[in-house]
Amino acid sequence: MQMVIKKSWFNNSIKEKLIHGFFFCNGIISVVVLLGIFALLVFTSIPAFSEVNLKDFLFGTTWNPTSYVKEQYGIIPMLVSTFMVTIGALAIAIPLGIGTAAYLSDVASPRVREIAKPTVEILAGIPSVVIGFLGIVLVGPFLSKVFGIHNGLNALNGSILLAVMALPTIVSISEDALSNVPKSYGQASLALGATKWQTVIKVKIPSALSGIIAACMLGMGRAIGETMTVLMATGCAPAMPERFLGPVRTLTSSIAIELGEVAYNTTHYYALFALGLVLFIITFFVNMTSDIILHKFEKVNR
Amino acid sequence: MKNLLGVLMLSLGLLWSTNAQAQEMLQIKGSDTLINLVQRLAEVYMEENPGAYIAVTGGGSGTGVAALINKKCDIANASRLMKPKEMAQASDQGVNVNRVVIAMDGLSVITHPDNPIKKLTVDAIGKIFRGEITNWSDVGGNNTPITMYGRQSNSGTFVFFRDAVLKGDYSQKMNRMNGNAQIVEAVKRDISGVGYVGVGYVKDATGLTVLSVAAKVNGEYASPLNSADVKSGKYPITRPLNQYINGSPTGPLKEFLEFELSSSGQTVVEEEGFFPIPAEYEEFNTKAGL
Repeated sequence: MQMVIKKSWFNNSIKEKLIHGFFFCNGIISVVVLLGIFALLVFTSIPAFSEVNLKDFLFGTTWNPTSYVKEQYGIIPMLVSTFMVTIGALAIAIPLGIGTAAYLSDVASPRVREIAKPTVEILAGIPSVVIGFLGIVLVGPFLSKVFGIHNGLNALNGSILLAVMALPTIVSISEDALSNVPKSYGQASLALGATKWQTVIKVKIPSALSGIIAACMLGMGRAIGETMTVLMATGCAPAMPERFLGPVRTLTSSIAIELGEVAYNTTHYYALFALGLVLFIITFFVNMTSDIILHKFEKVNR
Repeated sequence: MKNLLGVLMLSLGLLWSTNAQAQEMLQIKGSDTLINLVQRLAEVYMEENPGAYIAVTGGGSGTGVAALINKKCDIANASRLMKPKEMAQASDQGVNVNRVVIAMDGLSVITHPDNPIKKLTVDAIGKIFRGEITNWSDVGGNNTPITMYGRQSNSGTFVFFRDAVLKGDYSQKMNRMNGNAQIVEAVKRDISGVGYVGVGYVKDATGLTVLSVAAKVNGEYASPLNSADVKSGKYPITRPLNQYINGSPTGPLKEFLEFELSSSGQTVVEEEGFFPIPAEYEEFNTKAGL
Protein backbone atom coordinates (compact mmCIF):
# COMPACT_ATOMS: atom_id res chain seq x y z
CA MET A 1 0.00 0.00 0.00
CA GLN A 2 2.72 2.35 1.01
CA MET A 3 4.61 1.52 -2.17
CA VAL A 4 1.63 2.54 -4.26
CA ILE A 5 1.34 5.89 -2.55
CA LYS A 6 5.03 6.48 -2.87
CA LYS A 7 4.97 5.62 -6.53
CA SER A 8 2.12 7.97 -7.31
CA TRP A 9 3.79 10.72 -5.29
CA PHE A 10 6.97 10.13 -7.25
CA ASN A 11 5.05 10.23 -10.51
CA ASN A 12 3.31 13.40 -9.53
CA SER A 13 6.49 15.13 -8.59
CA ILE A 14 8.14 14.28 -11.89
CA LYS A 15 5.02 15.29 -13.74
CA GLU A 16 4.99 18.54 -11.85
CA LYS A 17 8.57 19.22 -12.78
CA LEU A 18 8.04 18.31 -16.41
CA ILE A 19 5.02 20.57 -16.66
CA HIS A 20 6.94 23.34 -14.97
CA GLY A 21 9.79 22.88 -17.44
CA PHE A 22 7.42 22.79 -20.37
CA PHE A 23 5.82 26.11 -19.48
CA PHE A 24 9.17 27.64 -18.69
CA CYS A 25 10.40 26.67 -22.17
CA ASN A 26 7.26 28.12 -23.71
CA GLY A 27 7.79 31.36 -21.86
CA ILE A 28 11.45 31.65 -22.67
CA ILE A 29 11.10 30.64 -26.31
CA SER A 30 9.31 33.82 -27.36
CA VAL A 31 11.99 35.90 -25.67
CA VAL A 32 14.72 33.94 -27.43
CA VAL A 33 12.96 34.26 -30.78
CA LEU A 34 12.48 38.00 -30.31
CA LEU A 35 16.12 38.54 -29.40
CA GLY A 36 17.16 36.28 -32.26
CA ILE A 37 15.15 38.26 -34.81
CA PHE A 38 16.50 41.52 -33.47
CA ALA A 39 20.09 40.25 -33.62
CA LEU A 40 19.59 38.90 -37.14
CA LEU A 41 18.15 42.20 -38.34
CA VAL A 42 20.95 44.21 -36.74
CA PHE A 43 23.77 42.05 -38.03
CA THR A 44 22.35 41.78 -41.54
CA SER A 45 21.70 45.52 -41.68
CA ILE A 46 25.16 46.63 -40.61
CA PRO A 47 26.96 45.81 -43.91
CA ALA A 48 24.55 48.16 -45.73
CA PHE A 49 26.09 51.11 -43.98
CA SER A 50 29.54 50.44 -45.33
CA GLU A 51 28.28 51.85 -48.62
CA VAL A 52 25.23 53.86 -47.59
CA ASN A 53 25.69 56.88 -45.38
CA LEU A 54 23.48 56.51 -42.29
CA LYS A 55 22.38 60.12 -42.65
CA ASP A 56 21.35 59.57 -46.28
CA PHE A 57 19.48 56.46 -45.23
CA LEU A 58 17.53 58.11 -42.44
CA PHE A 59 16.91 61.49 -44.04
CA GLY A 60 17.15 60.79 -47.78
CA THR A 61 14.00 61.45 -49.76
CA THR A 62 14.65 59.07 -52.67
CA TRP A 63 14.56 55.29 -52.54
CA ASN A 64 15.88 53.82 -55.77
CA PRO A 65 18.24 50.89 -55.23
CA THR A 66 17.88 49.55 -58.78
CA SER A 67 18.57 52.86 -60.45
CA TYR A 68 19.84 53.19 -64.01
CA VAL A 69 22.02 56.10 -62.95
CA LYS A 70 22.77 56.19 -59.22
CA GLU A 71 21.50 54.05 -56.39
CA GLN A 72 19.81 55.92 -53.58
CA TYR A 73 18.65 54.61 -50.25
CA GLY A 74 16.50 57.24 -48.51
CA ILE A 75 13.67 55.93 -46.35
CA ILE A 76 11.76 59.14 -45.61
CA PRO A 77 9.07 58.68 -48.31
CA MET A 78 8.38 55.17 -47.05
CA LEU A 79 8.24 56.26 -43.42
CA VAL A 80 5.82 59.03 -44.33
CA SER A 81 3.74 56.56 -46.36
CA THR A 82 3.60 54.05 -43.54
CA PHE A 83 2.50 56.69 -41.06
CA MET A 84 -0.07 58.18 -43.43
CA VAL A 85 -1.71 54.85 -44.10
CA THR A 86 -1.62 53.83 -40.44
CA ILE A 87 -2.99 57.09 -39.09
CA GLY A 88 -5.68 57.09 -41.77
CA ALA A 89 -6.64 53.55 -40.82
CA LEU A 90 -6.82 54.41 -37.13
CA ALA A 91 -8.85 57.54 -37.78
CA ILE A 92 -11.45 55.33 -39.42
CA ALA A 93 -11.18 52.22 -37.27
CA ILE A 94 -11.04 53.70 -33.76
CA PRO A 95 -14.36 55.60 -33.72
CA LEU A 96 -16.05 52.82 -35.64
CA GLY A 97 -14.53 50.13 -33.47
CA ILE A 98 -15.32 51.73 -30.12
CA GLY A 99 -18.81 52.59 -31.34
CA THR A 100 -19.41 48.99 -32.35
CA ALA A 101 -17.98 47.73 -29.07
CA ALA A 102 -20.20 50.07 -27.04
CA TYR A 103 -23.21 48.99 -29.06
CA LEU A 104 -22.43 45.33 -28.57
CA SER A 105 -21.82 45.60 -24.84
CA ASP A 106 -24.53 48.06 -23.81
CA VAL A 107 -27.24 48.38 -26.41
CA ALA A 108 -27.55 45.16 -28.33
CA SER A 109 -29.77 42.41 -26.98
CA PRO A 110 -27.90 39.26 -25.95
CA ARG A 111 -29.09 37.48 -29.06
CA VAL A 112 -27.84 40.17 -31.40
CA ARG A 113 -24.51 40.20 -29.57
CA GLU A 114 -24.18 36.44 -29.84
CA ILE A 115 -24.46 36.70 -33.60
CA ALA A 116 -22.74 40.03 -34.22
CA LYS A 117 -19.59 39.56 -32.16
CA PRO A 118 -18.44 36.31 -33.77
CA THR A 119 -19.26 37.83 -37.15
CA VAL A 120 -16.94 40.76 -36.50
CA GLU A 121 -14.27 38.34 -35.31
CA ILE A 122 -14.59 36.27 -38.47
CA LEU A 123 -13.64 39.42 -40.36
CA ALA A 124 -10.15 38.95 -38.91
CA GLY A 125 -9.87 35.63 -40.71
CA ILE A 126 -10.21 37.05 -44.21
CA PRO A 127 -6.83 36.71 -45.96
CA SER A 128 -5.15 40.03 -46.63
CA VAL A 129 -4.79 39.26 -50.32
CA VAL A 130 -8.59 39.06 -50.58
CA ILE A 131 -8.94 42.44 -48.88
CA GLY A 132 -6.33 43.83 -51.28
CA PHE A 133 -8.32 42.47 -54.19
CA LEU A 134 -11.44 44.23 -52.89
CA GLY A 135 -9.33 47.37 -52.72
CA ILE A 136 -8.55 47.11 -56.42
CA VAL A 137 -11.98 46.21 -57.75
CA LEU A 138 -14.28 47.86 -55.20
CA VAL A 139 -12.78 50.59 -53.04
CA GLY A 140 -10.51 51.95 -55.78
CA PRO A 141 -13.22 52.59 -58.39
CA PHE A 142 -15.50 53.92 -55.63
CA LEU A 143 -12.90 56.45 -54.47
CA SER A 144 -12.12 57.57 -57.98
CA LYS A 145 -15.81 58.23 -58.58
CA VAL A 146 -16.44 60.01 -55.29
CA PHE A 147 -13.39 62.25 -55.42
CA GLY A 148 -13.27 62.64 -59.20
CA ILE A 149 -9.70 61.36 -59.39
CA HIS A 150 -8.25 59.29 -62.20
CA ASN A 151 -7.49 56.20 -60.16
CA GLY A 152 -8.31 54.84 -56.74
CA LEU A 153 -4.91 53.41 -55.86
CA ASN A 154 -3.91 55.73 -53.05
CA ALA A 155 -3.23 56.14 -49.35
CA LEU A 156 -6.92 56.54 -48.52
CA ASN A 157 -7.70 53.23 -50.19
CA GLY A 158 -5.00 51.57 -48.10
CA SER A 159 -6.31 53.25 -44.95
CA ILE A 160 -9.85 52.04 -45.53
CA LEU A 161 -8.70 48.47 -46.11
CA LEU A 162 -6.40 48.49 -43.10
CA ALA A 163 -9.23 49.91 -41.01
CA VAL A 164 -11.34 46.93 -42.02
CA MET A 165 -8.51 44.63 -41.00
CA ALA A 166 -7.87 46.36 -37.67
CA LEU A 167 -11.56 46.56 -36.80
CA PRO A 168 -12.03 43.01 -35.45
CA THR A 169 -9.14 43.43 -33.01
CA ILE A 170 -10.38 46.79 -31.80
CA VAL A 171 -14.03 45.75 -31.51
CA SER A 172 -13.37 42.43 -29.85
CA ILE A 173 -10.92 43.64 -27.21
CA SER A 174 -12.79 46.89 -26.50
CA GLU A 175 -16.00 44.94 -26.08
CA ASP A 176 -14.31 42.62 -23.60
CA ALA A 177 -13.01 45.63 -21.68
CA LEU A 178 -16.45 47.27 -21.61
CA SER A 179 -18.14 44.07 -20.49
CA ASN A 180 -15.61 43.73 -17.68
CA VAL A 181 -16.58 47.09 -16.17
CA PRO A 182 -18.44 46.17 -12.94
CA LYS A 183 -22.19 46.29 -13.44
CA SER A 184 -22.57 48.49 -10.37
CA TYR A 185 -20.82 51.40 -12.17
CA GLY A 186 -23.45 51.54 -14.87
CA GLN A 187 -26.28 50.96 -12.43
CA ALA A 188 -25.04 53.75 -10.17
CA SER A 189 -24.80 56.12 -13.07
CA LEU A 190 -28.32 55.29 -14.27
CA ALA A 191 -29.64 55.60 -10.72
CA LEU A 192 -28.23 59.12 -10.55
CA GLY A 193 -30.39 60.02 -13.49
CA ALA A 194 -27.82 59.82 -16.30
CA THR A 195 -29.13 58.69 -19.65
CA LYS A 196 -27.85 55.51 -21.28
CA TRP A 197 -25.70 57.60 -23.63
CA GLN A 198 -24.16 59.55 -20.78
CA THR A 199 -23.50 56.32 -18.91
CA VAL A 200 -21.65 54.79 -21.83
CA ILE A 201 -19.62 57.89 -22.70
CA LYS A 202 -18.86 59.24 -19.24
CA VAL A 203 -18.73 56.13 -17.07
CA LYS A 204 -18.20 52.93 -18.96
CA ILE A 205 -15.71 54.00 -21.64
CA PRO A 206 -13.48 55.87 -19.16
CA SER A 207 -13.42 52.89 -16.80
CA ALA A 208 -12.58 50.54 -19.66
CA LEU A 209 -10.06 52.96 -21.17
CA SER A 210 -6.95 50.89 -20.55
CA GLY A 211 -8.44 47.95 -22.41
CA ILE A 212 -9.67 50.19 -25.20
CA ILE A 213 -6.27 51.80 -25.64
CA ALA A 214 -4.63 48.39 -25.70
CA ALA A 215 -7.12 47.40 -28.39
CA CYS A 216 -6.29 50.45 -30.50
CA MET A 217 -2.57 49.89 -30.11
CA LEU A 218 -2.92 46.28 -31.22
CA GLY A 219 -4.94 47.49 -34.18
CA MET A 220 -2.18 49.97 -34.96
CA GLY A 221 0.42 47.20 -34.82
CA ARG A 222 -1.59 45.24 -37.32
CA ALA A 223 -1.90 48.24 -39.63
CA ILE A 224 1.82 49.09 -39.60
CA GLY A 225 2.92 45.56 -40.35
CA GLU A 226 0.32 44.68 -42.98
CA THR A 227 1.89 44.09 -46.37
CA MET A 228 -0.15 42.44 -49.09
CA THR A 229 -3.15 44.73 -48.82
CA VAL A 230 -1.19 47.96 -49.08
CA LEU A 231 1.01 46.47 -51.77
CA MET A 232 -2.04 45.83 -53.93
CA ALA A 233 -4.10 48.91 -53.22
CA THR A 234 -1.83 51.92 -52.80
CA GLY A 235 -0.11 52.26 -56.18
CA CYS A 236 3.35 51.81 -54.66
CA ALA A 237 4.96 54.81 -56.39
CA PRO A 238 8.17 55.47 -54.46
CA ALA A 239 7.94 59.28 -54.69
CA MET A 240 7.38 61.33 -51.55
CA PRO A 241 3.62 61.19 -50.86
CA GLU A 242 1.87 64.51 -51.34
CA ARG A 243 -1.69 63.82 -50.29
CA PHE A 244 -4.05 61.12 -49.12
CA LEU A 245 -5.46 60.77 -52.62
CA GLY A 246 -2.05 60.04 -54.14
CA PRO A 247 -0.04 56.82 -54.31
CA VAL A 248 2.15 55.78 -51.39
CA ARG A 249 4.65 53.02 -50.83
CA THR A 250 5.04 51.69 -47.31
CA LEU A 251 8.09 50.09 -45.72
CA THR A 252 6.42 46.69 -45.83
CA SER A 253 5.51 46.83 -49.51
CA SER A 254 9.04 47.91 -50.45
CA ILE A 255 10.49 44.90 -48.67
CA ALA A 256 7.93 42.61 -50.27
CA ILE A 257 8.51 43.97 -53.78
CA GLU A 258 12.27 43.99 -53.69
CA LEU A 259 13.29 41.02 -51.57
CA GLY A 260 12.09 38.56 -54.21
CA GLU A 261 14.59 39.65 -56.81
CA VAL A 262 17.47 41.11 -54.89
CA ALA A 263 20.86 39.45 -55.31
CA TYR A 264 22.01 38.01 -51.99
CA ASN A 265 24.71 39.76 -49.99
CA THR A 266 24.58 42.99 -51.94
CA THR A 267 24.13 46.47 -50.48
CA HIS A 268 20.53 46.43 -51.67
CA TYR A 269 19.92 43.14 -49.82
CA TYR A 270 21.39 44.49 -46.60
CA ALA A 271 19.47 47.74 -47.01
CA LEU A 272 16.20 45.79 -47.15
CA PHE A 273 17.10 44.22 -43.81
CA ALA A 274 17.78 47.71 -42.51
CA LEU A 275 14.22 48.58 -43.59
CA GLY A 276 13.04 45.57 -41.63
CA LEU A 277 14.98 46.80 -38.62
CA VAL A 278 13.33 50.21 -38.86
CA LEU A 279 9.93 48.54 -39.02
CA PHE A 280 10.82 46.36 -36.04
CA ILE A 281 11.89 49.37 -33.99
CA ILE A 282 8.67 51.22 -34.84
CA THR A 283 6.41 48.34 -33.82
CA PHE A 284 8.54 47.79 -30.72
CA PHE A 285 7.95 51.37 -29.62
CA VAL A 286 4.24 51.18 -30.40
CA ASN A 287 3.93 48.12 -28.22
CA MET A 288 6.07 49.58 -25.46
CA THR A 289 4.06 52.79 -25.40
CA SER A 290 0.84 50.84 -25.19
CA ASP A 291 2.29 48.84 -22.30
CA ILE A 292 3.31 51.98 -20.42
CA ILE A 293 -0.11 53.55 -20.97
CA LEU A 294 -1.80 50.38 -19.79
CA HIS A 295 0.18 50.33 -16.56
CA LYS A 296 -0.48 53.99 -15.89
CA PHE A 297 -4.21 53.51 -16.21
CA GLU A 298 -4.11 50.42 -14.07
CA LYS A 299 -2.49 52.44 -11.29
CA VAL A 300 -5.03 55.23 -11.63
CA ASN A 301 -7.87 52.73 -11.52
CA ARG A 302 -6.55 51.23 -8.34
CA MET B 1 0.40 4.66 -29.64
CA LYS B 2 -0.02 2.14 -32.39
CA ASN B 3 -2.33 4.53 -34.14
CA LEU B 4 0.17 7.31 -33.85
CA LEU B 5 2.87 5.14 -35.36
CA GLY B 6 0.55 4.23 -38.18
CA VAL B 7 -0.15 7.88 -38.91
CA LEU B 8 3.53 8.66 -38.82
CA MET B 9 4.36 5.87 -41.24
CA LEU B 10 1.58 6.95 -43.53
CA SER B 11 2.68 10.55 -43.61
CA LEU B 12 6.28 9.50 -44.15
CA GLY B 13 5.13 7.34 -47.01
CA LEU B 14 3.17 10.25 -48.47
CA LEU B 15 6.17 12.52 -48.17
CA TRP B 16 8.29 9.94 -49.93
CA SER B 17 5.88 9.58 -52.81
CA THR B 18 5.41 13.33 -53.32
CA ASN B 19 9.16 13.68 -53.27
CA ALA B 20 9.55 11.04 -55.94
CA GLN B 21 6.96 12.80 -58.04
CA ALA B 22 8.64 16.15 -57.58
CA GLN B 23 11.71 14.85 -59.31
CA GLU B 24 9.78 14.17 -62.48
CA MET B 25 7.96 17.48 -62.37
CA LEU B 26 9.39 20.40 -64.29
CA GLN B 27 9.39 23.61 -62.29
CA ILE B 28 9.11 26.78 -64.36
CA LYS B 29 9.20 30.16 -62.67
CA GLY B 30 9.55 33.81 -63.54
CA SER B 31 8.25 36.45 -65.90
CA ASP B 32 4.69 37.64 -65.56
CA THR B 33 4.69 38.49 -69.28
CA LEU B 34 5.49 34.90 -70.15
CA ILE B 35 3.32 33.14 -67.60
CA ASN B 36 0.12 32.79 -69.65
CA LEU B 37 2.05 31.70 -72.72
CA VAL B 38 4.17 29.09 -70.94
CA GLN B 39 1.19 27.84 -68.98
CA ARG B 40 -0.68 27.29 -72.25
CA LEU B 41 2.37 25.59 -73.77
CA ALA B 42 2.62 23.32 -70.73
CA GLU B 43 -1.08 22.46 -70.92
CA VAL B 44 -0.90 21.52 -74.58
CA TYR B 45 2.29 19.54 -73.96
CA MET B 46 0.80 17.67 -71.00
CA GLU B 47 -2.28 16.80 -73.04
CA GLU B 48 -0.09 15.29 -75.74
CA ASN B 49 2.22 13.58 -73.25
CA PRO B 50 0.28 11.98 -70.42
CA GLY B 51 2.55 11.45 -67.46
CA ALA B 52 4.44 14.70 -67.93
CA TYR B 53 4.11 17.18 -65.06
CA ILE B 54 4.95 20.83 -65.47
CA ALA B 55 4.31 23.53 -62.88
CA VAL B 56 4.43 27.13 -64.07
CA THR B 57 4.51 30.00 -61.58
CA GLY B 58 5.13 33.73 -61.89
CA GLY B 59 6.73 36.27 -59.62
CA GLY B 60 8.64 38.28 -62.19
CA SER B 61 11.77 37.66 -64.26
CA GLY B 62 14.04 38.62 -61.37
CA THR B 63 12.35 36.06 -59.14
CA GLY B 64 12.69 33.36 -61.78
CA VAL B 65 16.36 34.06 -62.40
CA ALA B 66 17.03 34.09 -58.65
CA ALA B 67 15.29 30.71 -58.39
CA LEU B 68 17.41 29.28 -61.21
CA ILE B 69 20.59 30.50 -59.51
CA ASN B 70 19.46 28.91 -56.24
CA LYS B 71 18.56 25.71 -58.15
CA LYS B 72 14.91 26.00 -57.16
CA CYS B 73 13.53 25.65 -60.69
CA ASP B 74 14.34 23.99 -63.98
CA ILE B 75 13.46 26.86 -66.27
CA ALA B 76 13.53 30.57 -65.49
CA ASN B 77 11.20 32.61 -67.68
CA ALA B 78 12.74 36.01 -68.35
CA SER B 79 11.41 38.86 -70.44
CA ARG B 80 14.83 40.51 -70.17
CA LEU B 81 18.42 39.34 -70.44
CA MET B 82 20.21 38.10 -67.35
CA LYS B 83 22.33 40.85 -65.81
CA PRO B 84 26.12 40.42 -65.61
CA LYS B 85 25.78 40.37 -61.82
CA GLU B 86 23.32 37.50 -62.02
CA MET B 87 25.59 35.64 -64.46
CA ALA B 88 28.47 35.96 -62.02
CA GLN B 89 26.30 34.72 -59.17
CA ALA B 90 25.14 31.78 -61.27
CA SER B 91 28.69 30.65 -62.00
CA ASP B 92 29.53 31.07 -58.29
CA GLN B 93 26.72 28.65 -57.53
CA GLY B 94 27.91 26.25 -60.21
CA VAL B 95 24.96 26.99 -62.49
CA ASN B 96 25.94 26.89 -66.14
CA VAL B 97 23.37 29.18 -67.71
CA ASN B 98 22.00 28.55 -71.20
CA ARG B 99 19.57 30.83 -72.96
CA VAL B 100 16.64 29.69 -75.08
CA VAL B 101 14.48 32.16 -76.99
CA ILE B 102 10.90 30.94 -77.31
CA ALA B 103 9.02 33.92 -78.75
CA MET B 104 9.12 37.59 -79.69
CA ASP B 105 7.19 40.32 -77.92
CA GLY B 106 6.19 43.74 -79.17
CA LEU B 107 6.12 45.65 -75.91
CA SER B 108 2.90 47.66 -76.14
CA VAL B 109 2.25 51.11 -74.78
CA ILE B 110 -1.41 51.48 -73.86
CA THR B 111 -3.77 54.34 -73.07
CA HIS B 112 -7.47 54.90 -72.41
CA PRO B 113 -9.62 54.82 -75.58
CA ASP B 114 -11.00 58.30 -74.85
CA ASN B 115 -7.51 59.75 -74.94
CA PRO B 116 -7.06 61.37 -78.39
CA ILE B 117 -3.37 60.43 -78.48
CA LYS B 118 -3.04 57.37 -80.71
CA LYS B 119 0.67 57.46 -81.54
CA LEU B 120 3.92 58.58 -79.94
CA THR B 121 7.63 58.48 -80.64
CA VAL B 122 9.99 56.39 -78.53
CA ASP B 123 11.57 59.62 -77.38
CA ALA B 124 8.25 61.03 -76.14
CA ILE B 125 7.42 57.78 -74.34
CA GLY B 126 10.81 57.93 -72.65
CA LYS B 127 10.20 61.51 -71.57
CA ILE B 128 6.77 60.63 -70.18
CA PHE B 129 8.05 57.75 -68.08
CA ARG B 130 11.13 59.65 -66.95
CA GLY B 131 8.74 62.27 -65.62
CA GLU B 132 9.94 65.03 -67.95
CA ILE B 133 6.55 65.33 -69.65
CA THR B 134 3.75 65.36 -67.08
CA ASN B 135 0.74 66.58 -69.05
CA TRP B 136 -0.90 65.09 -72.13
CA SER B 137 -1.09 68.56 -73.70
CA ASP B 138 2.71 68.50 -74.07
CA VAL B 139 2.39 65.70 -76.63
CA GLY B 140 -0.63 67.22 -78.35
CA GLY B 141 -3.39 65.79 -76.20
CA ASN B 142 -5.90 67.11 -73.68
CA ASN B 143 -4.87 69.24 -70.75
CA THR B 144 -4.77 66.30 -68.31
CA PRO B 145 -1.93 65.30 -66.04
CA ILE B 146 -0.40 61.96 -67.02
CA THR B 147 -0.76 58.99 -64.67
CA MET B 148 1.94 56.37 -65.26
CA TYR B 149 1.44 52.68 -64.64
CA GLY B 150 4.56 50.52 -64.69
CA ARG B 151 5.86 47.38 -63.14
CA GLN B 152 7.82 46.66 -59.99
CA SER B 153 11.58 46.28 -60.06
CA ASN B 154 11.44 42.47 -59.96
CA SER B 155 9.84 42.58 -63.41
CA GLY B 156 11.84 41.91 -66.55
CA THR B 157 9.54 44.24 -68.44
CA PHE B 158 10.42 46.99 -65.96
CA VAL B 159 14.12 46.51 -66.64
CA PHE B 160 13.79 46.05 -70.40
CA PHE B 161 11.59 49.11 -70.88
CA ARG B 162 13.94 51.21 -68.75
CA ASP B 163 17.05 50.10 -70.61
CA ALA B 164 15.55 50.17 -74.10
CA VAL B 165 13.17 53.13 -74.01
CA LEU B 166 13.93 55.37 -71.03
CA LYS B 167 17.72 55.01 -70.89
CA GLY B 168 17.33 56.63 -67.50
CA ASP B 169 15.37 56.25 -64.30
CA TYR B 170 11.62 55.91 -64.08
CA SER B 171 9.78 58.82 -62.54
CA GLN B 172 9.39 58.21 -58.83
CA LYS B 173 5.71 59.01 -59.36
CA MET B 174 5.04 56.01 -61.58
CA ASN B 175 2.64 53.58 -59.95
CA ARG B 176 4.31 50.21 -59.42
CA MET B 177 1.76 47.57 -60.37
CA ASN B 178 1.86 43.85 -59.65
CA GLY B 179 1.60 42.52 -63.17
CA ASN B 180 0.63 43.11 -66.80
CA ALA B 181 -3.03 42.35 -66.11
CA GLN B 182 -3.17 44.93 -63.33
CA ILE B 183 -1.74 47.60 -65.64
CA VAL B 184 -4.31 46.73 -68.31
CA GLU B 185 -7.14 47.00 -65.77
CA ALA B 186 -5.85 50.29 -64.38
CA VAL B 187 -5.43 51.94 -67.78
CA LYS B 188 -8.91 50.82 -68.85
CA ARG B 189 -10.34 52.79 -65.93
CA ASP B 190 -8.09 55.84 -66.10
CA ILE B 191 -8.49 58.39 -68.88
CA SER B 192 -5.17 59.98 -67.92
CA GLY B 193 -3.33 56.67 -67.75
CA VAL B 194 -0.47 55.24 -69.76
CA GLY B 195 1.18 51.87 -69.24
CA TYR B 196 3.37 49.27 -70.91
CA VAL B 197 2.63 45.54 -71.20
CA GLY B 198 3.57 42.49 -73.26
CA VAL B 199 1.58 42.30 -76.51
CA GLY B 200 0.00 39.01 -75.38
CA TYR B 201 -2.03 41.00 -72.88
CA VAL B 202 -3.59 43.41 -75.39
CA LYS B 203 -4.18 41.20 -78.42
CA ASP B 204 -7.89 40.76 -77.70
CA ALA B 205 -8.30 43.38 -75.02
CA THR B 206 -11.12 45.83 -75.61
CA GLY B 207 -11.45 49.25 -74.03
CA LEU B 208 -7.84 50.15 -74.66
CA THR B 209 -5.76 52.03 -77.17
CA VAL B 210 -2.54 50.31 -78.19
CA LEU B 211 -0.34 53.18 -79.32
CA SER B 212 1.50 53.15 -82.62
CA VAL B 213 5.13 53.98 -82.02
CA ALA B 214 7.84 55.47 -84.22
CA ALA B 215 11.54 55.08 -83.60
CA LYS B 216 12.19 58.77 -84.22
CA VAL B 217 10.42 62.03 -84.99
CA ASN B 218 9.12 61.99 -88.59
CA GLY B 219 9.70 58.24 -88.58
CA GLU B 220 7.09 55.74 -89.59
CA TYR B 221 4.60 54.69 -86.94
CA ALA B 222 3.91 51.00 -86.45
CA SER B 223 1.59 49.01 -84.20
CA PRO B 224 2.68 46.00 -82.14
CA LEU B 225 -0.58 44.32 -83.13
CA ASN B 226 0.71 44.06 -86.70
CA SER B 227 2.87 40.94 -86.73
CA ALA B 228 4.66 41.91 -89.93
CA ASP B 229 5.87 45.16 -88.34
CA VAL B 230 7.09 43.38 -85.24
CA LYS B 231 8.93 40.75 -87.28
CA SER B 232 10.54 43.29 -89.58
CA GLY B 233 11.56 45.45 -86.64
CA LYS B 234 9.56 48.41 -87.91
CA TYR B 235 7.86 48.45 -84.52
CA PRO B 236 10.70 49.78 -82.39
CA ILE B 237 10.11 48.17 -78.98
CA THR B 238 10.52 44.46 -79.58
CA ARG B 239 12.28 41.94 -77.44
CA PRO B 240 12.96 38.24 -77.33
CA LEU B 241 11.24 36.28 -74.57
CA ASN B 242 13.76 33.99 -72.95
CA GLN B 243 13.97 30.86 -70.90
CA TYR B 244 17.15 30.23 -68.97
CA ILE B 245 18.19 26.71 -68.05
CA ASN B 246 21.08 25.11 -66.19
CA GLY B 247 23.47 23.25 -68.52
CA SER B 248 22.49 21.27 -71.59
CA PRO B 249 18.92 20.05 -71.35
CA THR B 250 18.24 16.33 -71.12
CA GLY B 251 15.21 14.09 -70.63
CA PRO B 252 11.80 15.68 -70.00
CA LEU B 253 13.29 19.17 -69.90
CA LYS B 254 14.75 18.78 -73.37
CA GLU B 255 11.54 17.27 -74.71
CA PHE B 256 9.48 20.18 -73.42
CA LEU B 257 11.88 22.80 -74.80
CA GLU B 258 11.87 21.07 -78.17
CA PHE B 259 8.10 21.11 -78.13
CA GLU B 260 8.08 24.87 -77.46
CA LEU B 261 10.31 25.49 -80.45
CA SER B 262 8.46 23.08 -82.71
CA SER B 263 5.84 24.32 -85.15
CA SER B 264 2.98 23.24 -82.86
CA GLY B 265 4.63 25.10 -79.98
CA GLN B 266 5.06 28.20 -82.10
CA THR B 267 1.39 28.00 -83.11
CA VAL B 268 0.52 28.30 -79.42
CA VAL B 269 2.86 31.29 -79.24
CA GLU B 270 0.87 33.02 -81.97
CA GLU B 271 -2.46 32.05 -80.42
CA GLU B 272 -1.38 33.74 -77.21
CA GLY B 273 -0.68 36.96 -79.11
CA PHE B 274 3.11 36.79 -79.27
CA PHE B 275 5.28 36.27 -82.33
CA PRO B 276 7.38 33.29 -83.47
CA ILE B 277 11.16 33.26 -83.12
CA PRO B 278 13.00 35.10 -85.87
CA ALA B 279 16.01 33.39 -87.46
CA GLU B 280 18.54 35.62 -85.71
CA TYR B 281 17.74 34.12 -82.33
CA GLU B 282 17.82 30.51 -83.39
CA GLU B 283 21.57 30.36 -82.80
CA PHE B 284 21.02 30.67 -79.03
CA ASN B 285 18.75 27.71 -79.16
CA THR B 286 21.23 25.69 -81.21
CA LYS B 287 23.95 26.65 -78.76
CA ALA B 288 21.77 25.44 -75.89
CA GLY B 289 21.66 22.06 -77.60
CA LEU B 290 18.22 22.31 -79.17
